[in-house]
Amino acid sequence: MINIHEVIETNKMIQQENLDVRTITLGISLLDCIDPDLDKLNQNIYNKITSVAKDLVSVGNKIQREFGIPIVNKRISVTPISLIGASACKSSEDYVTIAKTLDKVADTVGVNFIGGYSALVSKSMTSSDELLIRSIPSALSQTERVCSSVNVGSTKTGIDMDAVKLIGQIVLDTAEATKDRDSIGCAKLVVFCNAPDDNPFMAGAFHGVTEGDAVINVGVSGPGVVKKALENVRGADFETLCETIKKTAFKITRVGQLVAQEASKMLGIPFGIVDLSLAPTPAVGDSVAEILEEIGLEYAGAPGTTAALALLNDQVKKGGVMASSFVGGLSGAFIPVSEDQGMINAVEAGALTIEKLEAMTCVCSVGLDMVAIPGDTKATTISGIIADEMAIGMINQKTTAVRIIPVIGKTVGDRVEFGGLLGYAPVMPVNKFNCDAFINRGGRIPAPIHSFKN
Amino acid sequence: MNRTVITVVGKDKVGIMAKVCNYLAENSINILDISQTIVQGFFNMMMIVDANDTPKELDKIAEELEQIGNEIGVTIRTQHEDIFDKMHRI
Repeated sequence: MINIHEVIETNKMIQQENLDVRTITLGISLLDCIDPDLDKLNQNIYNKITSVAKDLVSVGNKIQREFGIPIVNKRISVTPISLIGASACKSSEDYVTIAKTLDKVADTVGVNFIGGYSALVSKSMTSSDELLIRSIPSALSQTERVCSSVNVGSTKTGIDMDAVKLIGQIVLDTAEATKDRDSIGCAKLVVFCNAPDDNPFMAGAFHGVTEGDAVINVGVSGPGVVKKALENVRGADFETLCETIKKTAFKITRVGQLVAQEASKMLGIPFGIVDLSLAPTPAVGDSVAEILEEIGLEYAGAPGTTAALALLNDQVKKGGVMASSFVGGLSGAFIPVSEDQGMINAVEAGALTIEKLEAMTCVCSVGLDMVAIPGDTKATTISGIIADEMAIGMINQKTTAVRIIPVIGKTVGDRVEFGGLLGYAPVMPVNKFNCDAFINRGGRIPAPIHSFKN
Repeated sequence: MNRTVITVVGKDKVGIMAKVCNYLAENSINILDISQTIVQGFFNMMMIVDANDTPKELDKIAEELEQIGNEIGVTIRTQHEDIFDKMHRI
C-alpha cells in the first residue's frame, strides 16, 4: 500500500514544483468531411469536431479533480487542412473560411487551441498546398485559436527549398498582419522537418493521415520537478545526475500515462501516445534553462550547454520510455525562449545567441522556438535560418522546427509581450550577412545518404 | 477496489481527525489506513479510504472535505489512489 511519504512527495511535486499535465490533445481525422462544396465542407468540419470533442473539456476537468493534478490545456488537432480543403478551395480566401470554422468550433467546444491548419510539403507543393500556405497570414490574423504548421523537409525526401523560400515571406507577412499585437500570428506558425503525426503540443500539432479516426495524445510537463530533484544531488558525479533525472522523468511520465488512459476510457477514444517533453512555462521554477543552471552552468548558453542539454534530453527519454506503453510526439526538452524565464534571463545577460540555440537544437526537441527577431529582418534571411534548422533535422533524422517572430516595429534590445503561456521575449540579433542568392536558387535539396555516418 | 487518498496538511490542533472522520462516517466511507507525520513543522495526515458505498460522487466529496478544511484552517485534498500508485510502483 502507498505510504505517506510517497503521497507527500507526489503532492509536493504538484503544489510546489509545477508538475502538471500540459495538454490532453484530441486528434480528429477530417478525411470523411471532404466535399467539393465549400459551405458543405465547412458544415461537415463543424459537425464532426463538435460531436467527437463535445466531452473533451468536461472529461479533462473531471480527471483533474479526481487525481488532483492540473491539466493545463485541452486541445484539438485535425488532419492537415491543405488535404481536406483541396477539392473545395479554389483560392486562399476559400481556405481562410476553413480557418474561421476551426476557430468557431474551438470556441464552441471550449479548447484554447486547435492545430492542423497545415500543409505537408516535404518534397514539393501541390497547388492546394500552396494556396493554404499563402492563406496563412490572413488566416492567423483573423482567428484566435487556430495554429498552423508546414512540414518542408524530411530525412527521406530532402528539403523543399521552394517552400522554404515562400515560408520566409509568409512568416514576415504574418508578422505584418498581426503587427498591432506584437506580431503574435507568428507564435502560432511552426515550420517543421520530420514533423511527427502524433504531436500533442501546439503550435505544431496536427492529426497525421497515418492516424486513426480519433486519438488521445497527452503531453506531460515538469521541469520544476527535475530542477528540485537535482538540487539534492549538487556536486555529485554524472552517474548520479543521470540516475536522478531518469527516476524523476519516470515519475512524471507515469502521471501522463495515467491521465491518457483515463481520458481514453472516459471519452471512448483510443489512447495514442504520451509525449515525454519537458515543457517550460514563464512561471518561476518551471524552466528548462534553470535545470541546465542546476547541472552546473552559469546561464543557458555558456560553454557546456549543448552537452548538458544532450544528457538531460537523453535521460528524460530513458526514464520516460519505461513509464509509458506508447511514447511519441516530440519527446524531449523544449527550449522556447519566451516561454522560459531562465532562457529569457540568459538572452538578456548576453549568454545565449541564435547560433548557440541552433547548436542546442541538434541534441534536443525541437528547434528555434519562440525566438523574437527584429521586424526589419529580410524574408530571405528568415528562409536561411529555417533552411539551417531543417538541414539539422534532415541529416540527424530528428524533428526540428522553427517558430520565429519578426516583431514589426521592434528591434534588438526591445521586449515583446505575448501574454499567457507564450510569455515575453527580448528581441535577439540576427546575423546580417546576405543569403539571397542561396535562397533564390529554387528547387529542392536531395535526400541525404544513409550511410557513411560521420 | 476503488480507493481514495485523503490528505490533511496544516497546523496541528484539536479536533481535525474528529471532523474528518465524522464526515466520512456520515457518508458511508470506510477508512482502511491512517498515518501521520510532521514535515517542516506541519501536520501531515493521510488516510486511505474505500468510497465504494457512498452515494456521492468523488467530486462532491472532494469539494465538501475541502470546505471542512477551510473551516478548521487546514488543507484537505481528496485524490484517487491511482496517481500515487502509478508514480511510485512499477
